[in-house]
Amino acid sequence: MKHLTVFFIAILMAGNAIAQTIEVCTSCPISTLKSAIEKAKDFDTILVKKGNYKEHGIIVNKPLTIVGKNYPVIDGQSKGEIITITADNVTVDGLFIINVGTSYTEDYAAIRVKNSKNFTIQNLVLEKLFFGIYIEKSRDGKVFHNKIIGDAVEEYNSGNGIQLWHSKNVEIEHNFVQHVRDGIYLEFSTFCTIKNNVSSLNIRYGLHFMFSNDDTYQDNTFENNGAGVAVMFSKRIKMYNNIFKENWGTASYGMLLKEINDAEIIGNIFEDNTIGINIEGSNRITYKHNDFKNNGWAIKVRGACYTNHFFENNFLYNSFDIAYNSKVNDNVFNRNYWSNYTGYDLDKNGVGDVPYRPVKLFSYIVNRTPETIILLRSMFIDIIDFSEKVSPVFTPDNLLDKNPLTKQITW
Amino acid sequence: MLKILKYSFFDLMRSRWSYVYFAFYLLLGIVLLFLNNDLSKAVITLMNVIIVLVPLIGTIFGVMYYYNSKEFTELLLAQPLKRSSIFLGQYLGVALSLSMSLILGLGIPFVFYGLFKSNAIWDFSLLLITGTFLTLIFTALAFNIALSNENKIKGFGYAILLWLLLAIIYDGAFLMTLIMFEDYPLDKLSLVGTMLNPIDLSRTLILLKLDISALLGYTGAVFKEFFGTNFGLIISFIMLTVWVILPVLRIVFKSKKKDF
Repeated sequence: MKHLTVFFIAILMAGNAIAQTIEVCTSCPISTLKSAIEKAKDFDTILVKKGNYKEHGIIVNKPLTIVGKNYPVIDGQSKGEIITITADNVTVDGLFIINVGTSYTEDYAAIRVKNSKNFTIQNLVLEKLFFGIYIEKSRDGKVFHNKIIGDAVEEYNSGNGIQLWHSKNVEIEHNFVQHVRDGIYLEFSTFCTIKNNVSSLNIRYGLHFMFSNDDTYQDNTFENNGAGVAVMFSKRIKMYNNIFKENWGTASYGMLLKEINDAEIIGNIFEDNTIGINIEGSNRITYKHNDFKNNGWAIKVRGACYTNHFFENNFLYNSFDIAYNSKVNDNVFNRNYWSNYTGYDLDKNGVGDVPYRPVKLFSYIVNRTPETIILLRSMFIDIIDFSEKVSPVFTPDNLLDKNPLTKQITW
Repeated sequence: MLKILKYSFFDLMRSRWSYVYFAFYLLLGIVLLFLNNDLSKAVITLMNVIIVLVPLIGTIFGVMYYYNSKEFTELLLAQPLKRSSIFLGQYLGVALSLSMSLILGLGIPFVFYGLFKSNAIWDFSLLLITGTFLTLIFTALAFNIALSNENKIKGFGYAILLWLLLAIIYDGAFLMTLIMFEDYPLDKLSLVGTMLNPIDLSRTLILLKLDISALLGYTGAVFKEFFGTNFGLIISFIMLTVWVILPVLRIVFKSKKKDF
C-alpha cells in the first residue's frame, strides 16, 4: 500500500512537471477558451481570468483542467451549446456560463459531457439556460457545488438542470437548482449518488428518475416544485433523509412513485404537501422512520401496490393519513405513530391497545366525489367516519395498524 | 339602548352560567395546551369544539335569557323606550357576554402558554373571531325563535332543532346532494352550499388555514380561486357579517310589530 501511494505521488508530480498552465484573459495573446484548448496539450491547465467571453460550441477533446478565476463569464449569446466535453479526465471549475440557445430539435446544454470518464464539474454558476449540465454515456464523474438558476415558464420549451442519460457511477452533491423543468433528471443511469442538493421552484419535478436502477439520493431538499420528486420505472432506489416541502397543487406530490420495486424510503420528512407520497404499482418498498406532517394526504395508494412495509413512521396532523381506492390490501402497517389515534394504552407499554384504521370512509368519498372535500372536519363526517371505523364496509377491513404507538417516535 | 345593554351585560356577568361557560373554556384551554403539549393538535381540537359547541350554547342561552327576562322586558316596554333598543340591547348583552367568556376563557391559557411568541397566533385569532361570529349569529337566531314563540317548550325545541339542523343534518343532506349529482360540475354548488350555513362557513374559514394543502388537491378553477387566494377569506367574512345582520334586522322588525 505504501509503495502504491509513493508511486501515485510520483506520477502526480511527474504530471505536474510536464503539464503547463495556459492563461486566458481578454487582453492576453490567448483571448478565447477555444484557442486555448487548441494550443493546450493533454493534462494542461487552462486558467481563465475574469472577463466576458462570448463563445459557444467549445469542444474539450483533450484531458484538461479548465479553471475560472473570479468567475469569468462565458456568454453563449443564445446561439447553441456552450461547452462539450468529449475526452476523459476533464475538470471544469469556477465558470459563470450564461445564455444557452433554446432549440426544439436539439437539447443544447451549458455543459455536455459525452462518452467521458472521470470528469469533474464543480463550482459553476449557470444562468439563462436551456439544459444545464448534460451527462450522456459517461461514467465515474463528479458534479459538485454548482448553482443553476433557470427562467423556465413552460414545460415544453425548457430543459433540465442536471440531466444524466445512460451514465453510471456519477456523484451529484451540493448543487443548487432552481426554476428549470426538472431539477435533476436521471434516465437509464445506474449507481449514482445524489446528495445534499437543494432543488426548488422547478416547473416539473425537483428530481426525476426514469429507468434508473440502484441509485441513492439522500439529504436533499425539494421545495415548492411543480410535483416534488418523481421516481418511475426504477429498481432498488435508496431514498434517505430528504426533505419534501410545500409541493402544492392539484397534481402535486412530495414524492411520486410509479412502478418502483424494492426501494427503501427511510428518514425522510414530508411537510405541507398536497399529497405526501403517491404510490402506483410499487412493490416491496420499506418505509421507515419518515415524518409525514401537515400534508393533505400523507400517502395515497392508487392500486397495484403489494407487500409494502410501513414501519415506525410518524403521521402528524395530516388531513388524511392514507387513501386507498380499492378494497384489497396487501401492505403492512406496524408500529407507526398516528396523531389521529384515539385509543388507549392500559398496560402502558407505549403501544395502543386498540388497532388504528388509517383509511377513513371520508377519504373514500372524496376519492369518488372530489367536491365533497369542502365538508372536511364536519361533524357529520366525523359521525360517518366513526361508524365506518366500527364496522368497515367501504374500506379494506384488514388495513390496520395493530400496534399503533402512543408517543411520537424519535430516532 | 346602551343602558339596557349595560344592564343585560352586568346581569349576565353576575349569573352563574356565564361563569360556568367561562370556566369550561378555561379548563379546555388549559387541558389542551398544557397536558397535550402540541399546538397543532390543540388548534384542531379547539376548532371542533368551537364549531359544535359555540352555536349550541349560543342558541340555548339566547332562548333561555329571553324567556327568563320576559317579565322585566314587559316592564321596560311600559316605559317610554324604543322597542328596537330594548331588544337589541338585550341581544347584544347576551352575545357580548358569551363572546367575552369565550375569548377570555380560551385566551388566558393561550397567553400563558406563550402564544404571542408562537406562529400559531393567526390560526388562534381566526378561531376566536369565528367563535365570536358564531355566537353573534346563533344568539340572534335564538332571539328570533323566542320572539316568534310564546310557548317556552316550543321555543327550546325549535332552538335545539335549529342547531341540530345546521350542525349535522345540513351537512348530511349536502353530502348526499353532492354524491347524487357527482356527474355534474359541482364546485360552484358546493361553495354556495357552504355559504348558506354559518357553521359550514366558519368551518371552511378555519380549513383555509389548517388544511389548505388538502383543499388545493381538488381540480377546479373556482375552488382554486376561492381557496388559493385571499378571495375566499374575504367572501367568508362578508357572508358571516351578512349572517349576523339578517337575523338582527328580523329582531328589530319583529319586535316592532309584536303584541305583548
